[in-house]
Amino acid sequence: MTTDHSLLVEELTLGYKDRDVIESLDLAIPPGRITAIVGANACGKSTLLRSMSRLLTPRSGRVLLDGQEVHRLQPKAVARTLGLLPQSPVAPEGITVSDLVGRGRHPHQRMLSRWSRQDDEAVAEALETTRTVDLADRPVDELSGGQRQRVWIAMALAQRTDLLLLDEPTTFLDVSHQVEVLDLLTDLNTARGTTIVLVLHDLNLAARYADHLIALASGRLHAAGPPERVLTPETVHAVFGMHSRIITDPTSGKPLMLPIGRHHRADAQADA
Amino acid sequence: MSISTVETVETVETVARGRVRRARRRRVVIGVLAALIVLGFATTLMVGQTFYPPGDVVRVLLGQDVPGASFTVGRLRLPRAVLAVAAGLAFGLCGVTFQTMLRNPLASPDIIGISAGASAAATFAIVVLSLDGAGVSAFAIVAGLAVALAVYALSFKGGVSGTRLILIGIGVAAMLESLTSYILDRAAMWDLQEAMRWLTGSLNGATWNGALPVVVALLLLGPLLLGLSDNLSALQLGDDTASALGVRVDRTRLLAVVGAVGLISFATAAAGPIAFVAFLSGPIAARLVGSDGSLLVPSALVGALLVLVADFCGQFAFGTRFPVGVVTGVLGAPYLVYLIVRTNRVGGSL
Repeated sequence: MTTDHSLLVEELTLGYKDRDVIESLDLAIPPGRITAIVGANACGKSTLLRSMSRLLTPRSGRVLLDGQEVHRLQPKAVARTLGLLPQSPVAPEGITVSDLVGRGRHPHQRMLSRWSRQDDEAVAEALETTRTVDLADRPVDELSGGQRQRVWIAMALAQRTDLLLLDEPTTFLDVSHQVEVLDLLTDLNTARGTTIVLVLHDLNLAARYADHLIALASGRLHAAGPPERVLTPETVHAVFGMHSRIITDPTSGKPLMLPIGRHHRADAQADA
Repeated sequence: MSISTVETVETVETVARGRVRRARRRRVVIGVLAALIVLGFATTLMVGQTFYPPGDVVRVLLGQDVPGASFTVGRLRLPRAVLAVAAGLAFGLCGVTFQTMLRNPLASPDIIGISAGASAAATFAIVVLSLDGAGVSAFAIVAGLAVALAVYALSFKGGVSGTRLILIGIGVAAMLESLTSYILDRAAMWDLQEAMRWLTGSLNGATWNGALPVVVALLLLGPLLLGLSDNLSALQLGDDTASALGVRVDRTRLLAVVGAVGLISFATAAAGPIAFVAFLSGPIAARLVGSDGSLLVPSALVGALLVLVADFCGQFAFGTRFPVGVVTGVLGAPYLVYLIVRTNRVGGSL
C-alpha cells in the first residue's frame, strides 16, 4: 500500500527571513524504505522535513506527494497520508496517554463528529505497537523520557499514515531507548511497509537502521544512497568538517564511523 | 517490540471503556453545572428585598401581570439574571479559548490587556466625554478589539508565540491601567462613582438594553468558537503537531482571536470587566472534567455559575452590597498568586 506513494522534492529552496537554509534541492524518498537525513547542526535537516510535511512554504521549487504539490493540497488530506512527529511536541498538562494518542485521529474526524469504532481500533493498535497499553490511563506528565517518546510515536501511528516523518525522535533519550525507538520504527516499516523518513544526529545509528541516507552539507545535498555508499570519510569530512575512519560494524555489517579528534591523530591512519 | 497485525480485541475494549468513562464524567459535570445555573437563575429571580414564590415568578415569565412581581422580577431581576448568565458564559468561553490557544493559563483576556483596554476606553467615555449606556459600550467594544489587535501585532514575529504575547499583553495592560488611573484622577465626583462602578464590574442597574447585545453576540460568536474546539485541542500539542494533524494553524488562531475578543468586548461593555471570571473558569473546568477533551463548554458554564453566585453573594451575603466584581476579585487574586508561585516551583511553561 505504501509503495503506491511517492514523495519527491524538486529544486526546493527554503529559508527564514533573509537567509536561505536549503538551496535548490532535488530528492526522491524511496517508498516503503527507511530514509535518514543526516548533517551538521543548522544544515537544514529539520527545515527540509518541515517543508516536506507542508509546515513551511517553499521560497521556490516544490514538494510532490503522489505527484501533487503538497502545499496546494487540503491540509487534512495530506495529514491522512503523511504524518510528522515534530522535535518538541507539547503535552497539555494532565492529559492522559490514551487521550493524547487519540488526538492523532484528528485528520480522520469531521467537525464535532462522533468517535468511531475505527478510531478506537487505531488508538488500540498504536498503543500495542509502541507497548504503551499499560500506560493508557496515566497522565503523560508522569512518564519517563523514553515512555513519553513512545507515546508521541503512538500518537503519530494513530494517524495511520503510509508515510511517517520524524524529526530527531531519539534526542534526549539514553542509548537503550534510542535503539528501542529505532527498532520500533523498523518493525513498523517491515510489518506495514510504512515509508519512514527521520532526521538523526547519530551517524552510526543512521547507517545501521536506514536503507537510504541523505547527507546534507550547508543546505545542499552532498550525497544520497545506501549507507555503504554514502558513509565515507570524504562525506564525513564534507558534512561535519571532521576526520574519521569507517570500518564495518561486526554486528550489522553496516559501515561504522569512528571520529578522529585532534589528540589522537598521530596513531590513527587518517584517510581523509 | 513487535507489531501485532491483528490488535487484540481486549485493548480496543480498554480504549473504548476509558473513552466512555471520560465522556460520562464530562456529561455528568456539564449536567450538574447546567442544573446549578438554572437553580441560581431561579434563586436570583425569587430572592431579594421581597421574596416571590416560584408560582409568581413563573407567571411573570409567562407574561401575566402580577402586582409588584411584574416590575421587580420582570424589569429588575430578570435582565440582571440574564446578563449574569450571558456575561458569565461569554467570559468563561473567551478565557478558555485564549488559554487553550496559547497553551498558558495566564493568557486570559483579563490578564493580557483586552479588559484593560475596554476599561480605559470606558473610563474615558464616562469621565471625559460624559457618555453613558450605549456610548460607553461602543467605546469599550472598539477599544477591546483594538488592544487585542495591537497586542497580536506587537507579538507577531513570523508566528505568534504564547509567552511573547502574554508578556506584551501584561505590559500593555499596565500602560492602559495607568491611563485609567490618570483619567480617574481628574474626574469629577459624580463621574468618578459611575466610572468606578463600571470598572469593578457590576450587574446593578442591568437592563434589557444592556443584556440583549450580549445574548445576541453569544448566539453569533459562541457557535463559531465551539466549531473551532477540535482545532484548538490539536493546537494544544504545539503549532507543528497541529499542522501535521491537518489544522490550518493561522486561520484557526485568527478566527479564535476575533471571535473571543468580539464576544468578551460585548460582555465587558455590558457588565464591566468582572474580575478574573475569564481567567478562573477554564482551570476550574479542567479540575472538574479532567484535561481530556475540549474545555469550551464546561468553562462557559463555570463562568456563568461564577457570575451568578458571586453576584448573589455580593448582594446578600454581607451587610452591604458589593458589586459582583469585588467578589470574583477576592476569589481570583489568590489563584493568580498560586499559579505564579507554582510556575516558579515547577519551572515549566505553566
